[in-house]
Amino acid sequence: MTIKRSSSGIRRSAAAIVAVAAISAALVGCSADAGSSGGSGSASDLDAALEKGGTITYWSWTPSAEAQVAAFEKAYPKVDVKLVNAGTNTDEYTKLQNAIKAGSGAPDVAQIEYYAIPQFSLSESLVDLSQYGFGDLKDDYSASTWGSVTSGDKVFGLPQDSGPMSMFYNKTVFDQYGIEVPTTWDEYVAAAEKLHAADPTKYITSDTGDSGFATSMIWQAGGQPFQADGTNVTIDLADAGSKKWADNWNRLIDGGLLSDIPGWSDEWYKGLGDGTIATLITGAWMPGVLEGSVPDASGDWRVAPIPTYDGTPVSAENGGGGQAVIKQSKNPALAAAFLKWLNNDPESIKVFLEKGGFPATTADLESDEFLAQAPEYFGGQKINEVLTAAAKDVPSGWQYLPFQVYANSIFGDTVGQSYANKGNLNDGLAEWQKQLVDYGNGQGFTVNK
Amino acid sequence: MSAPAYVRSRDNSRPRSRKSIALTLLMLLFVVYTLVPLLWLVINATKTQPELFSSFGLWFGSDFALFDNIAQTLTYNNGIFVRWFGNTLLYVVVGAGGATLLATVAGYGLAKFRFPGRRAVFAVVLGAIAIPGTALAVPTFLMFSQLGLTNTPWAIIIPSLISPFGLYLIWVYAAESIPTELLEAARIDGAGEFRTFFTISIRLLAPGIVTVLLFAVVATWNNYFLPLIMLSDPAWFPLTVGLNQWNAQATGVAAQPIYNLVITGSLLTILPIVAAFLVLQRFWQSGLSAGSVK
Amino acid sequence: MTTLSRQQGLPIPKPSRKARRDWRGWAFVGPFMAVFLLVFIAPVIYAVYLSLFREQLVGGNAFVGFENYLLVLSDGKFWEAFLRVLLFLVIQVPIMLVLALAAAMAIDSARLHATGFFRIVIFLPYAVPAVVAVLMWGFIYGGNFGLAANINDFLGSEVITPFTREWILPAIGNIVTWEFVGYNMLIFYAALRTIPTELYEAAELDGAGPFRVITGIKIPALRGAIVIAAIFSIIGSFQLFNEPNILKPLAPNIITSYFTPNMYAYNLSFAGQQFNYSATVAIVMGVITAVIAYVVQLRGSRKEDR
Repeated sequence: MTIKRSSSGIRRSAAAIVAVAAISAALVGCSADAGSSGGSGSASDLDAALEKGGTITYWSWTPSAEAQVAAFEKAYPKVDVKLVNAGTNTDEYTKLQNAIKAGSGAPDVAQIEYYAIPQFSLSESLVDLSQYGFGDLKDDYSASTWGSVTSGDKVFGLPQDSGPMSMFYNKTVFDQYGIEVPTTWDEYVAAAEKLHAADPTKYITSDTGDSGFATSMIWQAGGQPFQADGTNVTIDLADAGSKKWADNWNRLIDGGLLSDIPGWSDEWYKGLGDGTIATLITGAWMPGVLEGSVPDASGDWRVAPIPTYDGTPVSAENGGGGQAVIKQSKNPALAAAFLKWLNNDPESIKVFLEKGGFPATTADLESDEFLAQAPEYFGGQKINEVLTAAAKDVPSGWQYLPFQVYANSIFGDTVGQSYANKGNLNDGLAEWQKQLVDYGNGQGFTVNK
Repeated sequence: MSAPAYVRSRDNSRPRSRKSIALTLLMLLFVVYTLVPLLWLVINATKTQPELFSSFGLWFGSDFALFDNIAQTLTYNNGIFVRWFGNTLLYVVVGAGGATLLATVAGYGLAKFRFPGRRAVFAVVLGAIAIPGTALAVPTFLMFSQLGLTNTPWAIIIPSLISPFGLYLIWVYAAESIPTELLEAARIDGAGEFRTFFTISIRLLAPGIVTVLLFAVVATWNNYFLPLIMLSDPAWFPLTVGLNQWNAQATGVAAQPIYNLVITGSLLTILPIVAAFLVLQRFWQSGLSAGSVK
Repeated sequence: MTTLSRQQGLPIPKPSRKARRDWRGWAFVGPFMAVFLLVFIAPVIYAVYLSLFREQLVGGNAFVGFENYLLVLSDGKFWEAFLRVLLFLVIQVPIMLVLALAAAMAIDSARLHATGFFRIVIFLPYAVPAVVAVLMWGFIYGGNFGLAANINDFLGSEVITPFTREWILPAIGNIVTWEFVGYNMLIFYAALRTIPTELYEAAELDGAGPFRVITGIKIPALRGAIVIAAIFSIIGSFQLFNEPNILKPLAPNIITSYFTPNMYAYNLSFAGQQFNYSATVAIVMGVITAVIAYVVQLRGSRKEDR
């Protein structure tokens, strides 16, 4: 049996399609512009807005959000903050992006990680908070986090946490195989060889290619592969720093010294617990994760400064982010007032620290109480002394791309292939650069021209 | 009224059937393949979060924490799981129920009436479902957003009302199981088309309807991608999106893996589907035998 | 026009001879089509509209005609993804359908103990949300602590390595098969149940053995159901998304952002904000899928006429 369509049937279905086309076109036509509110304001507006009260929506996935919102509502009973967990990192950005494109549905305040802030600020989706005098808060935050939320005189958010990189190592494993704590990358590679030779099931660390890690490592090596001035973008993933990191890390890849357990998988958590993964080069927010989720390894882990290339202490930021006010907000002054309380008021930051967060505020980074903490989990080591020292060693001048979310999404397609093939990371970086340049130019940026 | 004599009665009425051990053993192999992953789920639902990371996956840990896990799943984050469960139920009852009704009525109409544009329906439906839904998510999202439907239950329910597969299935069933003579007889008696449909045809279609309902229930229950795009407020999440959000908690700064709750929640998510299957299966068989008895 | 014989369950059965040619059918089909227009056709038309434009992050929106289509046709990533799902389809769909068919016949044969048990157990995986299914298989595939690791230890060599370039497609195929065998089994089973008893009795009188019954009665009777199941499996394969996407964190370098056409379209629009190009990819993919599904439908029907 075959389908024989009568010509009249075709004509009628064509008519129906035209009718639907008209409906769709009408829908397309009324697509609204992104919110136009959030024009001018001043510092005094914040108090007035808090006085007046109102309702705002706050998107966040951080565990401290609920307690912080409760404390805020207690302090300002007239303000009602509706807390929504719209998803973790990229899940949330997708929803935020969709809501911004649709012209409605975005929250007043949203959590955005540092690497994604340029993407949202460039598309003019975020309120410039300098109009509310936020520029004066500069000295309250560590230099690198402040740099991540600002562009020139414009302030697009306030930092909430930070992640200066350090080396977390499993002391039990190190002791068992007689490995010294490495201070340079050469020593680190030697330690990797020694460990893996002594026990082939154990690895110095696991890395299957992670864009956040790679960019931070390039940052530590002194690279500045991404530079953006408005829509003029320069990408150089073969600069001295990028190359330095790639050449260094190639040694671990070539030697098969990296575990292929993907980060954040359940195998990864297992590996952190049983010594399979002996070190982690990561941000200062890691202790909370270890204590909360790898209880079996209590007493095993210690913290040391991140290894260096030449013995001069230098670190980089890894992870972390802040909150921003979205332009769609109908009450930007109130949203800004909430944001200022959230990431600047000692009461809020206290709640944040209690939940295991690592601060971005200089007062807390330098407080004696914070520095004196000696968690049992880390064998009584004063880990915050090491971690906050790293915060001071972060080189300035680093920038993310105004399309970093996309860039990270194709990292596995490009640099990840070098990992998978045990190839040269420099080749992977070159391929990443090529695709990023194409994308940027295709999106109307002026890249490498 | 003539009975549809071709509808077969239950299999045990066939005299020659003898039970075969070999066939049963072969099928048991199949069952093992099917059950190993599910076994993993059941076993691991009895473990605490730390034990998940420290014990062998296909055997029990030292503690039996199933009831603890269930209690935690139901109360975590102010009992959001229960809320998700209720949402899913709402989407299933309205969405799958509506989908079955629309597909049944339309499939019947396509099978039993010849009307202008009938063949175009087939082509249009097939053509439209061939376009990947994930890539249409943005256009759909923008349209629904203009209609003010995003972040409401309607954004989930309205698309769930369409089951192209159900439409085809009923189309096939209706053509086979409802003798046109029967409809003619009803028309001669002066019954209206819808009256005929609801009093006579729907009973003959029962096995088909139950199959479609079963598929629609499972499809709605497991609906993941659309709610992920359409909803931002967890208060409207169905179970699938909620569980995935719990799973995603294990990633990044301030990671809080709660795999034990994800696993226990998954187990609790599957149970109602099993119950629905068992219930619907009864109707399914009785529908068939009812046809043969008449 | 031939009249539909009863044992043929065809995708498009023709109405019986005495059905009426009038507009009343629309009263039945209308409600379905109204909702269908809103949730399927309107977004498709909107997508076609989008595919004719290019909106940039910087510089706004411009009409580009068919430029996006030309780009897709010469896009290596798209064709790589397309060939991958084509390979997947050609191997996985027949295996799954044959397994489903065998299971349905076994359960229908009345030669099985505990039929009800088998029916529900084999159907069960379909009730497991894809997120959960991938979580479970992800554990089993785990090369360090999973079941695969245990088997490899036992055998003393790396035999099972699902997260490698060679084995990732079979690994995904296995998950998909596991999830959907029961679903297809049930479709076939339901179709088998409509075979008239007289046919079996007649076959018995003719002295036909079980094999003859299968090839002579059951398979022909199932042809319609097989064609539907094949069409929907083809569409499903071309739209492969959930399984590789959820598995991606476990094999980040093997499963690229353009592993399947659907993942490519998804990442173009959600990571890259290339909504226009993404819509174009979706439409090209849709047209290819529809043509292939249509050909399968035609071929499936033509065999009937022999």
